[in-house]
Amino acid sequence: MISQQLLISGVGGQGILFISRLLAETSIAKGLPVITSETHGMAQRGGIVISHLKVGDFSSPLVRPGQADGLIALKSGNVALHRSFLRSCGWIAANVSEPFPVSGELEMTTIDADAIALKLGNPQAVNLVVLGRALSTGSLFCTTEEVTMTLIHKLQEKPALLERALTALNAGTTDCPRS
Amino acid sequence: MLENKPTLMQGNEAMARGMVENGCVVAASYPGTPASEILSSIETWGKTEGVTMHVEWAVNEKVAFEIAYAASQSGLRAVTAMKQVGLNVASDPLMSAAYLGTVGGFVIISADDPGPHSSQTEQDSRLMAMQAKLPVLDPSSPSEARELVGCALRMSEEFELPVMLRPTTRVCHACQDITPVPVQHLERKAVFCKDPQRWAATPKFRYELHVELNRKLSRIAAYAPTAPRRLNPSTMSRRAVVASGVSAAHASEVVSISGLQDAFVFYQILQPYPLHSDFVEEIRTAYDEVLVLEETTGVIEMQLRDFLRVQGKLSGAVPEAGELLPEMIERILCEFAGRAVADLSEAAPVGGRRPTLCPGCPHRASFYAIKKAAPQGIYPSDIGCYTLGVNLGAVDTVLCMGAAIGQAAGFYQAYRVSGQQRDIVATVGDSTFFHAGIPPLIDAVVQGARFVLVILDNTTTAMTGNQPTPAQGTPSGKAVDIASVVAGCGVEFCRSADPLDLPAFTSLIKEALAFSCKQGVAVVIAKSPCLVDKRIRHAKRPQPLVDSTCTGCKQCTDQFECPALVFDEVSRKVMVDIMNCSGCGVCLDVCPLKAIKLGEGQP
Repeated sequence: MISQQLLISGVGGQGILFISRLLAETSIAKGLPVITSETHGMAQRGGIVISHLKVGDFSSPLVRPGQADGLIALKSGNVALHRSFLRSCGWIAANVSEPFPVSGELEMTTIDADAIALKLGNPQAVNLVVLGRALSTGSLFCTTEEVTMTLIHKLQEKPALLERALTALNAGTTDCPRS
Repeated sequence: MLENKPTLMQGNEAMARGMVENGCVVAASYPGTPASEILSSIETWGKTEGVTMHVEWAVNEKVAFEIAYAASQSGLRAVTAMKQVGLNVASDPLMSAAYLGTVGGFVIISADDPGPHSSQTEQDSRLMAMQAKLPVLDPSSPSEARELVGCALRMSEEFELPVMLRPTTRVCHACQDITPVPVQHLERKAVFCKDPQRWAATPKFRYELHVELNRKLSRIAAYAPTAPRRLNPSTMSRRAVVASGVSAAHASEVVSISGLQDAFVFYQILQPYPLHSDFVEEIRTAYDEVLVLEETTGVIEMQLRDFLRVQGKLSGAVPEAGELLPEMIERILCEFAGRAVADLSEAAPVGGRRPTLCPGCPHRASFYAIKKAAPQGIYPSDIGCYTLGVNLGAVDTVLCMGAAIGQAAGFYQAYRVSGQQRDIVATVGDSTFFHAGIPPLIDAVVQGARFVLVILDNTTTAMTGNQPTPAQGTPSGKAVDIASVVAGCGVEFCRSADPLDLPAFTSLIKEALAFSCKQGVAVVIAKSPCLVDKRIRHAKRPQPLVDSTCTGCKQCTDQFECPALVFDEVSRKVMVDIMNCSGCGVCLDVCPLKAIKLGEGQP
């Protein structure tokens, strides 16, 4: 069975919960068990928000330090904050305006999602732009097409929102990749 | 309609699903993290399944408890849900309902918050269940929480007493694939059978009810469906690990990944109180060493009553405060099994941005005005988003729901009795005012206390996800107006204004202070909607610009602390973060040099 442990981190208001649930629903659509842990309440008010997502045969909702396969960071500062959760060969997909090196064997992919989202006229879409970038590396348990199907299913009654979401996801997938 | 298809459910949604599946038709709650989504999910599931229900956001947890309890007394299945400190508020009916018992199944969900992540305390609701002498179930995951809801309702009807379900944050706010089952439509009619000896028992009968409760508890300590589960039945060992709640889920994963299956016998406890009598006996006879993993207090450990062989929180083997994280459980289990502790990674360092009021939040403007109007004041405050006013230096105390008003009166009396006077400006949210603010306001008026109370009225219960307040009314009821309540409490100065008009609002606070110094309590209602409330359409407002006259004095970033105003270390000036700015325009009045100007076009 596929087994993957992910962390998605950012600050309150960036839509961390939305993309965590999007990935969890995609996991269910693929017939894989999933367990996640979310941040709610006071921490959501502009503070650090982190989602744990475990696809496969797990019983604990939390990822232990040193065990995560990947980190999706919607704020560049969160890379330093949460990289200790990654295993030695883990990967990072981060929203970064000016790329910076990471030490060790970690593989980092970046995208300037703030700029792209602003260009799309949709500053709320940073989450999907970064997710698109992460998907384009092929390291996730699912593909862009599978996430697209979940989005279509999730937002089928809100066509305008769906179109904006798909545009953002694609912008992340296709925007000139930098590593 | 959703049957047989796995669906992603948050723990709170899963418990709600369990309630609706098991024929619960009355639900009442007061919002509080991590329990807030339970009630809204019950409403959603009820509608999806076409169940006629009464679902209400009650004014506080005590009222919520009483609403649901009366449904149970009438033979219907009912639930009340709250966070652990909410149970303190509902503890009065809780203790008494344990004696009187139930007719229809009645479940109290009290969600604990080890950490704590979003609470005043790390208190363990299981201790409250012990105090009330009520059984409590401790789920380890969303799917188990859904199952235990049905179990709790059946237990409640079989033994005729309320049953507590105690999830923690990591169960409430975990999401899992769960397959819904068909809803039981019980079609019960409410029938309240008069029995004053029981329902209105005098102390003499209360003694008898207490004896009866003790009998029920000893039968529950032998109830098969909630008996401890042995998770590795083939293992033979004189060592045992006993775990409950999410600690059992963490431990179970660590055991299988680290190959500890044969190192000890592993039990999961579903019912931490009363602990099953046979199990207690087995632990005392079959094992030489026992380790208990539970959150947050040693409730199971103390019932095992053997401090020589049993290790846990009380013995010091497991930390007595904070969340029991899986990496800690890994270390403790390895040590207990006599295995070398692997070179475990350190937990992520704490740091990053601290929580703060949202950009454009009207509370920020209210706090700024309060500091301007009463720079030497004492600022008692309360529970809600506005607790974050502590970052702005405008919140001096946070005790519990409604305490801002009681404490403001208390500070006044403490200074008065020692011949002094201080400006006192208390802040309380609209929902918190309704919840627990009215009795202390009456008390303040009656006792002649003198202070200013600012009711931060953003027309919602914001912190917990924008639940309604009584000021919005309900489809079948009427709205209750805050100003009328204040007037009804006998307050003679009560004025409303929008804090986003900073100069006018600051003058109003000064006026209220002048009144309060001479005449008594003055109330200012700071009326401005919450920006994250999706019910309200907010007009697009232009974002401001900082011009070259900015000297980098940091008045706006330090004293106003809007996350959309960023001090740029290179230019030594402040910049507007256009990803964050809501265009409230309050900072135009905050800048002492008027260097922040109205922008054009954006957004």
